[in-house]
Amino acid sequence: MPFGLIKYGLSSSYPGKRFLSAQPDLKSSYDVVIIGGGGHGLATAYHLARYHGIRNVAVFEKGYIGGGNTGRNTAIIRSNYLTPEGVAFYEESVSLYRQLSNELDYNILYSERGHFTLAHTDSAMRTSRWRAEVNKHLGVDSELVYRDDLARLIPQLNLSEDVRYPVLGALYHPPGAIARHDAVAWGYAGRATELGVEIHQGTTVTDIEVTDGRVTGVVTDRGTVACGTAVQAVAGMSSEVARLAGIKLPIRTIPLQACVSQPMKPSLDPIIVSGSLHVYISQSDRGEFVMGGSTDPYPRYQTTSSLDFIEGLMSHVLELLPHLSEVQILRQWAGMTDMTPDFAPVMGETPVENYYIDAGWGTWGFKATPVCGKRMAELLATRRVPSLIAPFRLSRFEDFSLVGEKGAASVGH
Amino acid sequence: MKQMQCPLNGWRNIQEFAHGGEVVDEPDPNRCTDAEWAEYIFMEDNKAGLVKEWWCHVATAYWFIAERDTVKDEIVRTYDPSELFKERRDYTRPEALEGKS
Repeated sequence: MPFGLIKYGLSSSYPGKRFLSAQPDLKSSYDVVIIGGGGHGLATAYHLARYHGIRNVAVFEKGYIGGGNTGRNTAIIRSNYLTPEGVAFYEESVSLYRQLSNELDYNILYSERGHFTLAHTDSAMRTSRWRAEVNKHLGVDSELVYRDDLARLIPQLNLSEDVRYPVLGALYHPPGAIARHDAVAWGYAGRATELGVEIHQGTTVTDIEVTDGRVTGVVTDRGTVACGTAVQAVAGMSSEVARLAGIKLPIRTIPLQACVSQPMKPSLDPIIVSGSLHVYISQSDRGEFVMGGSTDPYPRYQTTSSLDFIEGLMSHVLELLPHLSEVQILRQWAGMTDMTPDFAPVMGETPVENYYIDAGWGTWGFKATPVCGKRMAELLATRRVPSLIAPFRLSRFEDFSLVGEKGAASVGH
Repeated sequence: MKQMQCPLNGWRNIQEFAHGGEVVDEPDPNRCTDAEWAEYIFMEDNKAGLVKEWWCHVATAYWFIAERDTVKDEIVRTYDPSELFKERRDYTRPEALEGKS
């Protein structure tokens, strides 16, 4: 071991293995072009190469991998949704996440914490009970808990009745987890490139050539490539990219802000969410309290932060966890969310025959990364829509078959 | 604090306003197809750039039009809807459909 280290240190060339192979020039044609090098796009590329033998794949990323909304979320993973379609879908994602570090041979710091959705009103208690019953019916560990349970399970939580919104109970989801979101993107990227997938960072897609209802080429700022199939996975810019292919989406792009505190010793094990107070908070493995709120009040293509947000968020966080009052905020950021009318994603086929979409990921995209990769790859490889993602088709907005996830998707809607 | 100029009340804090969505033409519900109606209900231009939208000053329940840039987060112009809508929409039953429903 010491000898190896010395040899490594004295070597004039770089002896370590590159995590990503050097970026090649664009080929003239690919079997599959994936627009967007975030978690979803990279997971799709990995699954195509690993499980379907489709390796002539290019991923085009405008910035750097995982630098968009993959790296801007608050990394919560759970499956306690409201609709049977949503619960089944996210449950597969949780089961894939649980073994993802092994699958990718890369530690994503998956950490099961238990997830509490606090209820402050009668209606929130009713929805919590509804979700618990749907969850249990589908084999998801989920339970309605009461104030005495909360006092035992989260001793830090302020259960005083002398506050603006006293806590009445909570939906408790023990498998709720957090993970290192960058690692998810890097792990998929590393394994995908080993299998022959090309990842082109700093490559912006500027146009999509559609002839007779089929995509024939993808134009980038580094040249045009032909493709058999193309898929877009560009959360935040979905409407703009789909417009290049002549497709209109039921999406509004709205910023969502979040922040982290200075690192502290481990002191908060579970993930705490309050829909009524528009708050979620967890403590990451490096000790920072990760906090987020609801989406901004109006649509924008922007990732600026505001003082209004942090003031509003903190007033609620401190009502729930008053012991954090002396903790400093370290940094603050925003991501751009694809908000859909029914708070469910848009994935699958589009009016353009060989163009597929993975969009509408609002505030629930990170937790769906592995299942999206798996099922989108299956769709691209077999040209048949997997039943698990069929309910989330774009055409549901033509025949009014919406998947109402508003009560469980995020907070404050 | 970001502010917006309300055509009725002048400059007010942005938190006093509610976003009401893109200004789009409503198709004639008696004559349009289901697909046209679905598009009107659900689909969004969601443009990165200059957009024309409905906004409401909540405290006075006053609806107006705002043109703004969604990339720069700049409000370009706000004005009373009478500038775009010269007459009230006619919701009386069209003659051709009389007796059919």
